[in-house]
Amino acid sequence: MLRDEFWQNLVVPGTGAELNQSLEAAGRVADFLELGELMCRDALHREESCGGHFRTEHQTPDGEALRNDAEFTYVAAWEYAGEGQPPILNKEPLVFENVRLAQRSYK
Amino acid sequence: MNLTLRVWRQAQSDVAGALVEYQAIDVNPDMSFLEMLDVVNERLISAGDVPIAFDHDCREGICGSCGMMINGVAHGPMKGTATCQLHMRSFRDGDIVVIEPWRARAFPVIKDLVVNRSALDRIIQAGGFISTPTGGAPDGNTMPIARQASDSAMDAAACIGCGACVAACPNASASLFTGAKISHLGLLPQGQPERYRRALKMVAQMDLESFGGCSLFGECQEACPKEISIDVIARMNRDFLVAAVAASEERSGGDEG
Repeated sequence: MLRDEFWQNLVVPGTGAELNQSLEAAGRVADFLELGELMCRDALHREESCGGHFRTEHQTPDGEALRNDAEFTYVAAWEYAGEGQPPILNKEPLVFENVRLAQRSYK
Repeated sequence: MNLTLRVWRQAQSDVAGALVEYQAIDVNPDMSFLEMLDVVNERLISAGDVPIAFDHDCREGICGSCGMMINGVAHGPMKGTATCQLHMRSFRDGDIVVIEPWRARAFPVIKDLVVNRSALDRIIQAGGFISTPTGGAPDGNTMPIARQASDSAMDAAACIGCGACVAACPNASASLFTGAKISHLGLLPQGQPERYRRALKMVAQMDLESFGGCSLFGECQEACPKEISIDVIARMNRDFLVAAVAASEERSGGDEG
């Protein structure tokens, strides 16, 4: 919706024939809209708190991040699936061979 | 405060440009010069006009992107600052401010106040790179460098490549820029192996570009936002001379040393 509004109802002064700093800025905003949406999708998908990603519904009784290692021990890359299509999640499991996955305490 | 701006507007390099008058209304004296232009541009965009194009990036005087002639002075009335570090408190209510791009044949206008400064990049490229094998970072204390040499090298290395020296020079010479680049490497032990080769190549490239020659007016050091001294031009000339003599002796096969 917001992105449709952006693409249909946007003022970019000047033309594409010469240096156009407004057009450069508009292109950047277009990227930010896409990236911003993807970051929200990723954050909603990840049902845990981990590092800088903190969700209030996933916390320990004393307010620390509560991880869900059973479901989210992986690195991921979102794949663009075309205009208007939800992106595809590609996962690669994180396997710890020499160290044991643990929780660090900052207290 | 309110100001009248006369800004150089030029759509492309191959079409004629002209000064166009704009009113800068309700300018806060604490704004930087570029912020004042931002506000003027916002108003132009709202009115359906094309905003004034100008180069800018860090806005803290270290990137060398912003640069314009303000009332005929490169980077404006403050000494030792780039345009982004100039504040509107340096002007008075009712002032007329003329804003133009750098004027030099070697710096063709791309649009309005934006010029192509690639010629400076080509001079740097011509200097080549240092071929010292690296490895672990050496202990700084194992390489003695005289205090004076390190200070002078740092002074030369302060050059941000903005091009104000070229714009201020009546000959549009790039000698202060090239001298600074040659000096900051040539003064340090790490820069010695290629020192003379580098001077020859960078001076040759400078001459290939459309810059004028240096006649020691000294306007460049007055305009330089980093206050680089024309001493670097003397150092460039000395290194170039030594290199040129050595090269000509090599060519004539002289073995007198």
